Amino acid sequence: MQAYHRPRTLQDALGALAGGAARVAAGCTDLFPATGARELTGPVVDITRVEELRGVTQGPDGWRFGAATTWADVIRADLPPAFDMLKEAAREVGSVQIQTAGTLAGNICNASPAADGVPCLLALEAEVEIGSVAGTRRVPLAGFITGVRRTVLRPGEMVLALHVPDAAAHGRSRFLKLGARRYLVISIAMVAVRLLVEEGRVSQAAVAVGACSAVARRLARLEGALVGARADETVGRVEAGLVLQDLAPIDDIRADAAYRGTAAVELIRRAIGDLVRA
Amino acid sequence: MNRMFESLRFKVNGAAVDLPVSPGRRLSEVLREDLGLRGTKVGCDAGDCGACTVLIDGAPVCACLTPVAQVAGRAVTTVEGLDMGPLQQAFLRHGAAQCGICTPGMLMAARALLDRVAQPTRAEVEEALGGVLCRCTGYARIIAAVMDTVPEGGADCPPAGAAVGAAVERLDGLAKVAGTEVYGADHLPEGALLVRAVRAPDAPMGFAFGDIAAWRAAQVGEVHVFTAADVPGVNVFGVLPAFADQPVLAERHVRMRGEAVALVAGEASVIEALDLERFPVVWEPRGPGLVHEGREGDLLILGLVQRGDLAEGFAQAAHLAELEVTTPYIEHAYIEPEAGVAWMEGGRLVIQACTQTPVMDRDETAKVLGLAPDQVRVIPAVAGGGFGAKLDLSVQPLIGLVTLKTGRAARMVWGRAESMAASTKRHPSSMRGRMGCGADGRITAMEFDGEFNTGAYASWGPTVAGRVPVHASGPYFTPAYRAEARARHTFSAISGAFRGFGVPQATILQEMLYDDLAARAGIDRLEFRRVNALRDGQATVCGQVLQGVGIGACLEALVEPWQAALARAAGANAGGGHIRQGVGIAACWYGCGNTGLANPSTIRLGISAGGRLVLHQGATDIGQGANTVIAQICADAVGLSLNDLDLIGADTDLTPDCGKTSASRQTFVTGKAAMLAGQALREKVLALSNMGPEAALRLSGAVLIVSDGQAERRIDLHALERDARGYVLSAEETYDPPTTPLDANGQGAPYAVYGYGAQVAEVAVDTCLGTVRVTRITAAHDLGRVINPLLARGQVEGGIAQGLGMALMEEFIPGRTENLHDYLIPTTGDMPQIETIFVEVPDPEGPMGAKGLGEHVLIPTAPAIINAIRDATGARVTRLPALPHRVLAAIREAGT
Repeated sequence: MQAYHRPRTLQDALGALAGGAARVAAGCTDLFPATGARELTGPVVDITRVEELRGVTQGPDGWRFGAATTWADVIRADLPPAFDMLKEAAREVGSVQIQTAGTLAGNICNASPAADGVPCLLALEAEVEIGSVAGTRRVPLAGFITGVRRTVLRPGEMVLALHVPDAAAHGRSRFLKLGARRYLVISIAMVAVRLLVEEGRVSQAAVAVGACSAVARRLARLEGALVGARADETVGRVEAGLVLQDLAPIDDIRADAAYRGTAAVELIRRAIGDLVRA
Repeated sequence: MNRMFESLRFKVNGAAVDLPVSPGRRLSEVLREDLGLRGTKVGCDAGDCGACTVLIDGAPVCACLTPVAQVAGRAVTTVEGLDMGPLQQAFLRHGAAQCGICTPGMLMAARALLDRVAQPTRAEVEEALGGVLCRCTGYARIIAAVMDTVPEGGADCPPAGAAVGAAVERLDGLAKVAGTEVYGADHLPEGALLVRAVRAPDAPMGFAFGDIAAWRAAQVGEVHVFTAADVPGVNVFGVLPAFADQPVLAERHVRMRGEAVALVAGEASVIEALDLERFPVVWEPRGPGLVHEGREGDLLILGLVQRGDLAEGFAQAAHLAELEVTTPYIEHAYIEPEAGVAWMEGGRLVIQACTQTPVMDRDETAKVLGLAPDQVRVIPAVAGGGFGAKLDLSVQPLIGLVTLKTGRAARMVWGRAESMAASTKRHPSSMRGRMGCGADGRITAMEFDGEFNTGAYASWGPTVAGRVPVHASGPYFTPAYRAEARARHTFSAISGAFRGFGVPQATILQEMLYDDLAARAGIDRLEFRRVNALRDGQATVCGQVLQGVGIGACLEALVEPWQAALARAAGANAGGGHIRQGVGIAACWYGCGNTGLANPSTIRLGISAGGRLVLHQGATDIGQGANTVIAQICADAVGLSLNDLDLIGADTDLTPDCGKTSASRQTFVTGKAAMLAGQALREKVLALSNMGPEAALRLSGAVLIVSDGQAERRIDLHALERDARGYVLSAEETYDPPTTPLDANGQGAPYAVYGYGAQVAEVAVDTCLGTVRVTRITAAHDLGRVINPLLARGQVEGGIAQGLGMALMEEFIPGRTENLHDYLIPTTGDMPQIETIFVEVPDPEGPMGAKGLGEHVLIPTAPAIINAIRDATGARVTRLPALPHRVLAAIREAGT
């Protein structure tokens, strides 16, 4: 009843999950805070000993982040500038202690509206590789998280990896997080922006906002307005209307909805400004 | 529940461990409970505080978030595994440990950084320590220590007679940096039962128990259950006897979320595993009604101070200002949740728990348990922060009850959520004020009206309602004055004592009004305060004529920093842009000790036959430094060196009553008792040796040498008769500050000594986002006499951190922010540069001229920051905290 599995192989991990009752554990930085108990209760499949699930690798089609890859691994990884925002986000996740243990996959599976990694991974067109004893499937991250604390994972399934296609690993990127204190803070709003500027004009734009809707969102309208713009025109194209239509901020203890919208617009302008100026 | 587990092999501090353990158990629990390595502290069980930071293969993690299975085959390093080296010495030298509860976590995070970077920058240190919260220090001394670990020894002990004024390292510091200090959760007698409480999920509610016998029988091990029916004494307690109104265990209904209705106790593994949600209790919502029968309108008490002709004062005013300000519940957020253990010894009940007030704990616990006070012994565990909330009973009567009923030792360790729900808070306030001044800027009248939400039980509500009207004028001469403060009950968290007893809230309103009037009168804001500063011989709003008033000197010390800050802000703003800088100022005064009530301290001193000066010091040191400061005063009064002194810390069996560690009274009141006892002992030595008052004393083994340059007398201590305590010479002195009770108009002499201070805050406000960064605070505080500049500086920086939190981020919402990620306190990255200026205007009453400091330091910070935000942007933030959305809304309202 209290089984704690710590398999060495993916096959064993998926086998242990097959019953459907077990929870996947990696960094445990969300699992433990959710319980007052002295130990993780219920069947647990701890994937931190499965070597093939850890690490960042480049393949022919793009980049793969194994499900047990930690934020500290991301910070240390040799990655192109398109991933700078992910590294910036990694440094903002909790504290150094949390970054040592917490994983990217855990961040998306926990599916908090304020998950620091999600806007960056959305702006990197990440796909989620899901596995079970029955096989694997891939879904875009935008379709993986379906609501607050909800994902498309079915019983017996787990995330195996996040994949960033080569096509999205271009350009330069920036992540900005707004909170009421410097460290260990849950976002009021955050933005991730990736721009590819070729011959002075934006050829690719990816803009995502977190903590301003139940699930972090890409801003397709704004991205459309940015593509084709000269670098020095980009900031001016960030109109509130293009941003706010895609968001649904709420009032909570950290800020009110109107403020979140204002902050999102401002943060996007600043992130873009940083990218085109630098 | 004694399941057999597979053995887990790993290394701890270099030694191989092979332990049968449940693999999903938190590493923090395994280290502390299975391996006895209690240097690793638990503050939140959620990764929010970092107190449990350990290294796994050199990388820092929160042990509370690590399933022990994950350390299989790996090397864990805890504070016990650190060599006592330059890092810990730097912590001592810089005064980086106050209460010390965060120190192990800080040391481990710092170790991980220093192993990568030998000489880190400030930014690197801030980031590396950003995940460890400290509530005492304001981080400045910690960061300084981590940046200064080049091997260097500790400070030399000052010579005899020169301890006062010296930057003596804290005498109790070594255990804090070694991780060996024993806090409430760190002492575990063999066979102790674990105690947990069943608590109300909401209030007001009635309740009835179901079939407790059947529930007990259904558990896998033996579970004792206790309810109000088991309380043998009077099931009511409170810090102020006349207002005692809180049951140890609720009887038929609950008045607040988090109120305890039953206790469960048993073997730790059984009790830990209980799902208390399934405890057989049925809750029934109740209509609102009165919180306490007999307290009409839910009014607990009204405090009033009035003096002079208010109408006439306002009629004379050339300028008027009015304002309303609201402030929320503020959580103390000490990193150590309440914890303690009780056991029977020789037929008496012994309680070792976190506290700020051992004698009150003893008497109140005895009353509840139907015992005589001398049947209870209270040994204060080292408090991992208190700030006022550990003045109220927490675990003491609960574990006492279980031990009394079972004869077994009983232990209780509150979780973070439990601590935040059940402990006291700073009073939420809703305040209105009106003030007038003449064309010359002199205040002519002030009116203050404050509602203070005192929550479900009285706690220190009467003290807040009493202190606020006395202090709401600020340290300024106010000829016509009326201030009323009401403590009113709600079915909500208890408001009690928190550093400043309501005065920090009132000062926000008062200092904002001062800025309004200064602007209207066209007078520089600092100058406006200097014009009105109280002077020696002037009467306060209570009609008390003061001497040794230091506010003028504090403001004068800030003139240059103020001008420089204004110039910096103007220079920065000249460039335009969305960041606007601003400068604010605010002042404080604060009476030390109880308000118009007796609050004596008694100090006992002895010289042992073996040649040691033994100080029985009953004031609890909750990190502020009483153990060191009282010893310094005492050593100088006797004329011996601190090296000759042994400290016997608070214990109701071993130390006389030094009262509460509260109201900034210990340096003043207990310090004065220590000075008097030291002088009395010195007199005895001089009489015995027939030497004059200027003679020098020296201990050499069991010989006390008294010399005056010409003659030398050697007293063979072994040859003297010993008293019952083994002392050959001893003295005991009591000091009670001379005060008079306040009359119906709040007139009298409520305090014998006041302390003063003023702070200049510099901020940078992002006018597009409403975010505020405090860049620098210059703090000038009048301590009368600085007993220990190292510890005093730590008090200032720590108070500023709490004031900054109050200004910008702290808001406790019962049921919603009962954790340390929704309830925010400042981290390393939020603190400004702090310049501390000590002013010494001796107080005629204080020991060696000293005044209190502990609470004063927090009071000016929030208003100085709020005033600086306004200076930067025009935004008038009247609802605290100044969260970004509120600041942005205020900026827009101001139309800048």
